Amino acid sequence: MLTTTLILGLVLGGTYALLALGLTLQYGISRIMNLAYGEMTLAAAFVLVALFQGLGLPPLIGLLVIAPAGYAVGWMLYAVMMRPLVARAGTSGRLEVDSILATFGLLFLIQGLLLLVFGANFTSISYLTHGVNILGVPVALNRLIAFGICLVAGGALVIALTRTRWGLALRAVAQTPNSAPLVGIDVNRVARQGFALGTALAAVGGASIATYQTFSATDGVIFTMKALVIVIMGGVGNVAGALIAGLALGLIETFVATAIDPGLTLAATFTIFLAVLLWRPQGLFGRG
Amino acid sequence: MRRYLPIVGFLVFAAAPFAVSDYGLGLLIGAVTYVTLASAWALFSGHTRYISLATVAFYGTGAYVVAVLNETLPYGLVLIIAALIGALMALLVGLSTLRLAGVYFVIFTFGLAELVRQLITWYEVNVTGTLGRYIFLDVTAREIYWQMLALAAVTIGLTAFIHRHRLGLALRVIGDDEVVAAHAGIPLARTKLLAFVASATILTLAGAIASPRWVYVEPAIVFNSTVSFLTVIMALLGGANRLWGPALGAVPLFFAFEYLSVNLPNTYPIVLGLLFIAVVFVLPDGVLAGIEKLRARWKRGAA
Amino acid sequence: MNNFSRRAALRSFALVSTAASMLLTGGVFAADDTVTIGYAIARTGANATGAGITTIPNYELWVKTVNEAGGLAMPDGSKRMIEVVEYDNRSSNEDLVRAIERLASQDKVDLILPPWGTGTNLAVAPLFAKYGYPQLAVTAVTDKAPEFAARWDRSFWMLGGGHDYATGLVDVLAAARDAGTINGKVAVVSVADGFGIDLIKGARPAFEEAGFELVYDESYPLGTSDFAAIMSEAQASGADSFVAFSYPPGSFGMTKTAQAMGYNPAVFYISVGGAFPIYPGIAGGKAEGVMAIGGVDASSDAIKGYFAAHTAAAGNPPDSWASAITYASLEMLEQAVARVGLDHAALAGELSTGTFETVIGAVKLEDNQLRDLWTVGQWQDGSFRAVSPADRAGASDPIIPKPEW
Repeated sequence: MLTTTLILGLVLGGTYALLALGLTLQYGISRIMNLAYGEMTLAAAFVLVALFQGLGLPPLIGLLVIAPAGYAVGWMLYAVMMRPLVARAGTSGRLEVDSILATFGLLFLIQGLLLLVFGANFTSISYLTHGVNILGVPVALNRLIAFGICLVAGGALVIALTRTRWGLALRAVAQTPNSAPLVGIDVNRVARQGFALGTALAAVGGASIATYQTFSATDGVIFTMKALVIVIMGGVGNVAGALIAGLALGLIETFVATAIDPGLTLAATFTIFLAVLLWRPQGLFGRG
Repeated sequence: MRRYLPIVGFLVFAAAPFAVSDYGLGLLIGAVTYVTLASAWALFSGHTRYISLATVAFYGTGAYVVAVLNETLPYGLVLIIAALIGALMALLVGLSTLRLAGVYFVIFTFGLAELVRQLITWYEVNVTGTLGRYIFLDVTAREIYWQMLALAAVTIGLTAFIHRHRLGLALRVIGDDEVVAAHAGIPLARTKLLAFVASATILTLAGAIASPRWVYVEPAIVFNSTVSFLTVIMALLGGANRLWGPALGAVPLFFAFEYLSVNLPNTYPIVLGLLFIAVVFVLPDGVLAGIEKLRARWKRGAA
Repeated sequence: MNNFSRRAALRSFALVSTAASMLLTGGVFAADDTVTIGYAIARTGANATGAGITTIPNYELWVKTVNEAGGLAMPDGSKRMIEVVEYDNRSSNEDLVRAIERLASQDKVDLILPPWGTGTNLAVAPLFAKYGYPQLAVTAVTDKAPEFAARWDRSFWMLGGGHDYATGLVDVLAAARDAGTINGKVAVVSVADGFGIDLIKGARPAFEEAGFELVYDESYPLGTSDFAAIMSEAQASGADSFVAFSYPPGSFGMTKTAQAMGYNPAVFYISVGGAFPIYPGIAGGKAEGVMAIGGVDASSDAIKGYFAAHTAAAGNPPDSWASAITYASLEMLEQAVARVGLDHAALAGELSTGTFETVIGAVKLEDNQLRDLWTVGQWQDGSFRAVSPADRAGASDPIIPKPEW
């Protein structure tokens, strides 16, 4: 029973972690708390289904189209919508509130467009649904793939951030946005890259969700909430922290569902989330 | 003369139910409810700039208390208990969130409504075994309207009082800079807590007063997060740090949405989204501040 | 963006002034030669999905059908075209209540059609009663229907209560157990929501009475998206029957999870969503043998015709539970109007006592409730067929055990 809980929890946690990576990048590097994050993942999910059903594009190929498209959309969004807010706020703390309100608007806007374009129906595809046996526990292949994507994307991101010059610039902006220009870093460009990369990850997360879950146009807030919980637990802007926190949350939910009461899984999530917020607002793995 | 304007206005509004249709009364109830919510929200958030998304956590709790107690206790007592529960909840939440600022506070309040809903659901399912309660009270729409109007008047009166009182000044300083406020000897914790509890108590009471109109209550219905979002955008549109700002934001927005639900039923979220974005970009300090700025510019131009 | 937003802001102010003028002048006025029918339904928000599948397409199909036939027939033989007044209730009961007040007191429409959902129908019931409109509440599942029908005498409750569906399911399982095809153990999960609770509360005593043992019995919160843990517990419980009192996202999620883990119980029962036309697609074409709430007599000509008309008008077939009943309720209204006209008291009386020919057969209400209900259906040969109550004409025999995924 324990192995079942462990494996199911890890697979679930992998999908959660993948969902949270983009959000943590967007806030950590670009200082934009993007509450429309879930809607962005949802939009990617709808696009994947449309590509699959309309053009017959296999989801894994679709993913390769959606990720760069997400990057482009994020890039534009930052340039058009976020940059003026950043410029206006200057060094004051105003950006946080402004970005929350603006992305709130974006949340409703995207949701409304999704409703108009794709309708209110439940959407779902069947893709690689057969089970794979892992240590005696059957796991759906599509979820394993999502788990794999999470590990690859998360791992690549951690390495890129810690081992490359580009990653160094990103981290410099994340930690000291005011002194980064002193060493010749174009903060605006890096912030835009961070936001775009985050959007691309959101798109990848959404597209992989579309392969295994039924969703509808009003589900975005659920994704945002899940991602937020993980980002807060892992420490805002902390990629490795988000990975660990995502996996931990998957394990916790599975454990609560099997050992305590499935009725309390969501309550447990929010309790942990609020407790972490109060106890260590900088995240479990953030610098204290 | 200007001092009596609010009183005259209040009397006109109090007499309004005699002159309008049932639908007109429904509109008045809706508009006054949102005036109350937005004003109560601004009571705490307007000056401190703490954006709270917990409005519906309190509003829904108020409705739920009525649903649970309406068959066993007299209505007046139920309202008092609802207010007390709201205040107690706010005290607990306030005490635990004092350290949180900025985005963390926003997220915490966002999660709070969800947690309250999950816990009530779990309790109802596993302990009482009933989910979905009925409110069969003989409270007419007119009575609901008058109660809500009185609550709105109290809220705005309280805001006016606080604005003139030391508490208002303290809140304003906190909103500008907490460090400065602390140096100036303002008791940060107590000030914030006081405003938060006052605001939350009114929100809870508003939910309790509005609930007899719904008849059937379950967590998914009363903890509808749209209420929180609407409250924020209404208060900010009008200008959250002004006495009449929230009311001035709530009324036109309420009617705009009513118009949309009739004429463009599918586009409500799109318009709501655009409005949010417009407020942030065009009117960051609200309509009232915007008008003042325009006026100042016009005067300068004239001189 | 700046210019764009400014324009949006300007436009919204224009809206405000129009809204104010609209308030003063009133809304739609009914011309004498048309019948105005109003409804306030969820186009946006949490209820939009359910309303979009079960309620809206049927309202639109019916109005289209009636108008294409020349309009609504009156007792004097004349025909009047239907004019629709529609509001979006945004899945909020506050907006819903106000919209009904508007339809009744401002627009003064001739008839009001109910919204989608149990809670919403209860919220508007006092208003329908206050203004005297008959309320044909179809998409409301409640055990208190008899009480409500007595409290509001012009309300009609057409989808039964949790108890009906629970006992219908237990009957099917008990027959299979007595025939020796399944064991006496049942694993049941329920969504923590009014609907799930109603059903599980009806099911527990019914299972017990029939001698079943509930080896797994848990509820899960609305909004759960991962069912791997729950399904693996159910699989390990040793039960031959898996029963889920679930909403569509859960029904679909559990189906996919069961397929992935190769969980093949002899009886796989899910609730709302199982009878949706998209279900076979979600099950990857392996829906054969899956049981769910509801059902239609798929071999009747009336149902076949209705399915074809719905597909032609809405682009997809209807769901096989509440859709047909929704359409039938509209046909009842149509026939009642043809017999007694638009007077609300006479209409309510006729609906309460009359017999009507509809797509679900001849309907006669008992104590303002539809009691001839299909409680359990099963996917057989690509269509969702009713299997319980087994003694009702048109019932198919259940396939137990279900073929493997």
